[in-house]
Amino acid sequence: MDFFLEVLTGGLLAGLMYSLVAIGFVLIYKASGVFNFAQGSMVLFAALTFVSLLERGVPFWVSFAITLLAMIVLAWAIERIVLRPLVNRPPITLFMATLGLSYIIEGLAQALWGAQVHGLDLGISDEPLEVGGMLLSQFDLFAAATAGALVLVLSLLFNKTRIGISLRAVADDQLAALAVGIKLQRIWMVVWAVAGFVGLVAGLLWGARLGVQFSLSLVVLKALPVLIIGGFTSIGGAIAGGLIIGASEKLAEVYLGPMIGGGIENWFPYVLALLFLLVRPAGIFGERAIERV
Amino acid sequence: MAAIPLLELQDISLSFKGVKAINDISFTVGQGEICALIGPNGAGKSSLLNVINGVYQPDQGVIGFNGKSYRKMQSHQAAVHGIARTFQNIALFKGMSVLDNVLTGRNLKVKSSWIEQAFNIGRAPSDESTQRQKAEEIIDFLRINQWRNSIVGTLPYGLQKRVELARALAAEPRLLLLDEPMAGMNSEEKAEMSSFILDTQREFGTTVVLIEHDIGVVMDLSDHVVVLDYGKKVGDGTPDEVRKNPDVIAAYLGTKH
Repeated sequence: MDFFLEVLTGGLLAGLMYSLVAIGFVLIYKASGVFNFAQGSMVLFAALTFVSLLERGVPFWVSFAITLLAMIVLAWAIERIVLRPLVNRPPITLFMATLGLSYIIEGLAQALWGAQVHGLDLGISDEPLEVGGMLLSQFDLFAAATAGALVLVLSLLFNKTRIGISLRAVADDQLAALAVGIKLQRIWMVVWAVAGFVGLVAGLLWGARLGVQFSLSLVVLKALPVLIIGGFTSIGGAIAGGLIIGASEKLAEVYLGPMIGGGIENWFPYVLALLFLLVRPAGIFGERAIERV
Repeated sequence: MAAIPLLELQDISLSFKGVKAINDISFTVGQGEICALIGPNGAGKSSLLNVINGVYQPDQGVIGFNGKSYRKMQSHQAAVHGIARTFQNIALFKGMSVLDNVLTGRNLKVKSSWIEQAFNIGRAPSDESTQRQKAEEIIDFLRINQWRNSIVGTLPYGLQKRVELARALAAEPRLLLLDEPMAGMNSEEKAEMSSFILDTQREFGTTVVLIEHDIGVVMDLSDHVVVLDYGKKVGDGTPDEVRKNPDVIAAYLGTKH
C-alpha cells in the first residue's frame, strides 16, 4: 500500500509539470478559440533566453526579468504583426498562423542563442525528501507549489476581473466584442504576454529537468492529452487533467507495465485521452459547444 | 426633421476592390429620431451602417457625430462616442448567459481597474453592483427576465435578437444602429420588436438608425426614411414623402403591375 501511495503521489506531482505547460494553451484558447501551436516554441524561447543570459554571467533574477520583458515584447509583436490583420477571420486561419509562428519563434531562438544543449540549474536539489513515509522529489514538490501559485494568480485575474468576461467575449465573436467597446488588441496582447510568462515558468522547470534544448518544445505533446481530459477552456481543468495523466501513467507503468512489456508510460496518456474523447469530448471542465441548427 | 442633427454623413463613398458599395451618400439624422434605411439587397445599407460604427473605413467623406467631424471611425472609438449596434446575423456571445451578454454591453461604463476588481477593493464593489443593476433594468425593460441565466446559444432566434438589443441598450447609447432587427420574425414578433424600439426612443431619447425590409413596419415606425439603390441615395424624407417619390417607386417599391 505504501508503495502504491508513493507511486501515486509521485505521479500526481509529475502531472502538475504537464499542467504548467497546458495552462499556457488554455489562456490562448480562452481568448481566441484556437489551439496555439506556438506555445511549445514559446516555452523553448523563454528557457533558452534565460539560460543563455545566465551563462553570460547575468544574475538569476535579472535574467528572469529580462526574459519576461522579452516575452512581453514577443507578445506585442505577435499581436501587431500576426493577429491584428486576422481580426474577424475564421479560427482555422488563426490556427494556421500559430503553426507558422511556432517555426518563426523556434528559428528566432536558434538565431539568437545557437543550437547547443544547455544545462540549467535552478538551485533546487533533486534529492528525495521523506514526507509521511514516502520518498518524494524536492524538485517535484517545488514545481507543484509553483503550479499552485500560478493557478491562484491566474484565477484571480480571470474570474474576478472584467478581463475574464472580455476574454470569453473576444473568443466568441470578435466583431461584437469590438462593437461593445472591448479593446480586442489589448486583450490579445495581455493574454499572449501572460501565456509567455507561463511559458517562461514551464520552460525553467522543464529545462532544469531535461536540459534546455530544441526537444523542449516537444513537451507540449504531453500537454495535449491533459487538455483533452481537462478541457481546453479551464485553468482548473488543466490542473485536474495534469493530475489524472501524471497519476495514471505512473500507475499504469508500474502495475500494467510488467504485463505488456513496459514502456507504456509514453503512450498511455494518449489512450486515456482517446477514451475521454469518446465519453466527454469537451473534457471535464471544458465548455460544451452549443450549436443550434 | 427640424431636430438638432446627431449624425451627419457627408459624401461617403466606399468600395471593395474597385466595386463601389456606397457612392457619395449624404444625409442627416436628427437627435431622437428613428431613421430607416431601406433599399434592395446589395444597395449598401449594411455597408453604410458598418461605416458609421467603424467596421469599415470610407474611401471618402466625413462622418459628423454629435457636433464633431470624423474622417473615419474605429469600432472602439464609435463605442466610446456612444454608438451601439446589433448585427444582421446576430453577433452574440453564444457561450455566455443572457445576463453576462448584457453585462458586456456595460464594458465602457466600468470605472474600477482590474487590480481593484481582483481583490474587490476600492471602487470595485460599488462599480460591480451599479453595472449589475443597470443590466437588470435593461433585462426588465425588454422582458427577458425569465431567460436571464440561460445560455444565449440555446435560445430561439427571436429572443436572441432581443438579447442583442439588450446588450446594445446596456451601453446607454446616443445612437443605436439596428441591422434588420426584425428579419425572420412573424408579424406578432415584429410588432413586439417595433414597440421595444419605440419605447427605447421615448424612454431614453435614443436616436435610432435601422435597416428593415418590411415596408409596413418601416412606415409605421420611422420618422425619417432614407432609400438606397445600387449604393446611391434615391430618396430621403418622411415616410409620406418617400412613398410618393417616383424615383423610389421605380427603384424599390416597384411599378404597378
